[in-house]
Amino acid sequence: MSQPASLTWLAGHEFRLGWRDWVSLMTAGGRTRARNALIALIVIAIILHFFAYWTVAAYADADLVSDIPALVGITGLLVLSSSLLLSQAMESVTRAFYSRSDLDLILTSPASARKVFAVRMARIAVAAVVLSMLVAAPFINVLVLLGGFRWFAAYGMVVAMGAVATAAALALTIALFRLVGARRTRLIAQVVAAIIGAIFVIGLQIVAIFSAGSLSRFAALQSDWMLRHAPQISSAFWWPARAVLGDYVALAAVTAFGLGALALSIALFSRRFGEHAVAASGVSSATVRQRRWTSGFRWRSVGHVLRQKEWTLLRRDPWLISQTLMQILYLVPSAMMLWVTFRTGNDAFIVVVPVMVMAAGQLAGGLAWLTISGEDAPDLVATAPIAGRRILLAKVEAVIGMISFIFAPLVVVLGLDAMAPAVICALGILLATSAATAIQLCFRVQARRSQFRRRQTSSRVATFAEAFSSISWAAASALAAAGSWGAIGPAVIAAGILAGVWIFSPSRT
Amino acid sequence: MDHLNLPVALALRGVSKRFERPAVDALDLTVYGGEFYALVGPNGAGKTTTLRMVVGLLRPDAGSICIDGIDALHDPVAAKQLTAWLSDEPMIYDKLTPYEYLEFVAGLWRIEPAIAEERARDLVGWLGLEPHAHERCEGFSRGMRQKVALAGALVHDPKLIILDEPLTGLDAGTARQVKDVLRARVRAGGTVIMTTHILEVAERMADRIGVIAGGRLIAEGTLDDLRRQTGTTATSLEDAFLTLVAEQVAAA
Repeated sequence: MSQPASLTWLAGHEFRLGWRDWVSLMTAGGRTRARNALIALIVIAIILHFFAYWTVAAYADADLVSDIPALVGITGLLVLSSSLLLSQAMESVTRAFYSRSDLDLILTSPASARKVFAVRMARIAVAAVVLSMLVAAPFINVLVLLGGFRWFAAYGMVVAMGAVATAAALALTIALFRLVGARRTRLIAQVVAAIIGAIFVIGLQIVAIFSAGSLSRFAALQSDWMLRHAPQISSAFWWPARAVLGDYVALAAVTAFGLGALALSIALFSRRFGEHAVAASGVSSATVRQRRWTSGFRWRSVGHVLRQKEWTLLRRDPWLISQTLMQILYLVPSAMMLWVTFRTGNDAFIVVVPVMVMAAGQLAGGLAWLTISGEDAPDLVATAPIAGRRILLAKVEAVIGMISFIFAPLVVVLGLDAMAPAVICALGILLATSAATAIQLCFRVQARRSQFRRRQTSSRVATFAEAFSSISWAAASALAAAGSWGAIGPAVIAAGILAGVWIFSPSRT
Repeated sequence: MDHLNLPVALALRGVSKRFERPAVDALDLTVYGGEFYALVGPNGAGKTTTLRMVVGLLRPDAGSICIDGIDALHDPVAAKQLTAWLSDEPMIYDKLTPYEYLEFVAGLWRIEPAIAEERARDLVGWLGLEPHAHERCEGFSRGMRQKVALAGALVHDPKLIILDEPLTGLDAGTARQVKDVLRARVRAGGTVIMTTHILEVAERMADRIGVIAGGRLIAEGTLDDLRRQTGTTATSLEDAFLTLVAEQVAAA
């Protein structure tokens, strides 16, 4: 048994908390839900293995170690995965400093803050690795099954990537603490994390749009320019890709680098953990003055009062804006595509319509959660002399208003080039927004706005329904914009999703 | 206080609410206009559940609730127009300033802007919030947040104010300010119903005290009435309360 407050004792404590969080996330404390979650996991694993077989089976026996296009493709995939891992790790590292759950207890105890920090960073790295392994496992398993044990090396690469991402996230967060101070670090780190998570995908798409007129991110990776400028086959640049392909020397080097970087960053930065955590704890008491109230109280309808409140709260919360920024960032390639299409006059705008509809649906889901479930004064609103239906209507109007504000300019630009697709796009956006809002209405809970990040774990049914609904409306809009009657199919599916949600919604039962 | 000449501000008849077990059990309660009524009882006695049903946050399984003659279950909007609710956890928005919050609340209750603005200025002044009136509430202490919430409860000039443990976590100075404002409301003809665990507060401030246990009203009246009901020589409300609750537990 380990000594209290030792590294292994603290690690055991962290592991127990992490395990219970995960179990609670999957089962929500119910035995029936635990069984259902297990069945769902098995089904998803089987589906993912089939998908992996369909995607990578052809490469299982191929000798790709000397194939530059293949190495470019794999390296691109690794950079893409690493950017997502880094984004996730930055979120987790920031939370380690700002979350007050047990930090006050730990920092006021005689336990070493340095050890606590080391264990927490290791936990973040392990979480990143486990999450990546869960995503990569079906592909690696299929490759191992069809191509031999050399593909097991890919698991080692996942470990190295998780370690490097955590080390980089730690270095970036500490650098932000020193550069901008504790008050701004949280927001900036979260914005940076959102941008890092999206920038590589978006960058590749933008390059692809300008070079190949396509939204496919792999078009850029396989372009002549990219292949001409790729390093020599003997370059160390290819070691990560070679490691994935089963080159054990490259794997050993890459893994050693990753774990070494993590150990070094923990050793370097753990001394300042207590200091930064204490600085972070003082942030909540910061005072923000608003512009002097000059115009006085104004007469407004109840609906206007409620909508205005929602818009003001959102506008004044940069953290929430950063959380929704990801979805808006994904609109950048669409806007580029639109611009290129408008300039060259071809019909590629058909691609833009589903992207915009999908983005609107996803964004509406987040905004609807904030306005409908994320009410910080639920008792106040509920005890006001207004019919419940009027309150909900005002909140729905607030969501639609925000979506209109964001998407109307893009639809107008599209309309200047092609009126019919623009009308279909507007209709698709309205339907996807309404559906996402309706799903949030069915699954509304009482929560604080600060719990926004956890909204997707509060109801997995709502999250999946929202995603599939947006995808279906996006597909229907794309087909309708292309003039196909096939649009009816996904529209019916979307309506079916909504009907299913209504039937099984907790607010109805 | 002679209740015969006073209008009934709140009347509960046979109100019941059950969760896993009965929380409120066929409760009858009458509070008169211009009265300060304190509802006391042990943890889990049904105080908060009762008040949440009165303000429309919970629907009773049985019984009727009348506020100033309005059936709150059949016409909740009209009943809510007359009431204000203040819980122990201040319900305010971190990103709004106190003035913006008060304007929002006045908008919900559809108060004439000029009137609401004047009341907001008065309340902000009375509660000592003037220096912070244009700061966002996110940096406020618990006491300041509770003051903002109290101002919100009063800005629409409710006939009936219902407070659930409003003094929890407040320092002595802030608690005094809150009590002063509530006393002023009652002097001006308003009705205040308050739950509290601080029996001295109930003893000093309330015209009548209701003791609730197991979802039922087990005793009611002035401190003298409660002393008589216990049949003891209890000198304080605390003594009377403990005797009453002990009797209830023994009977159960």
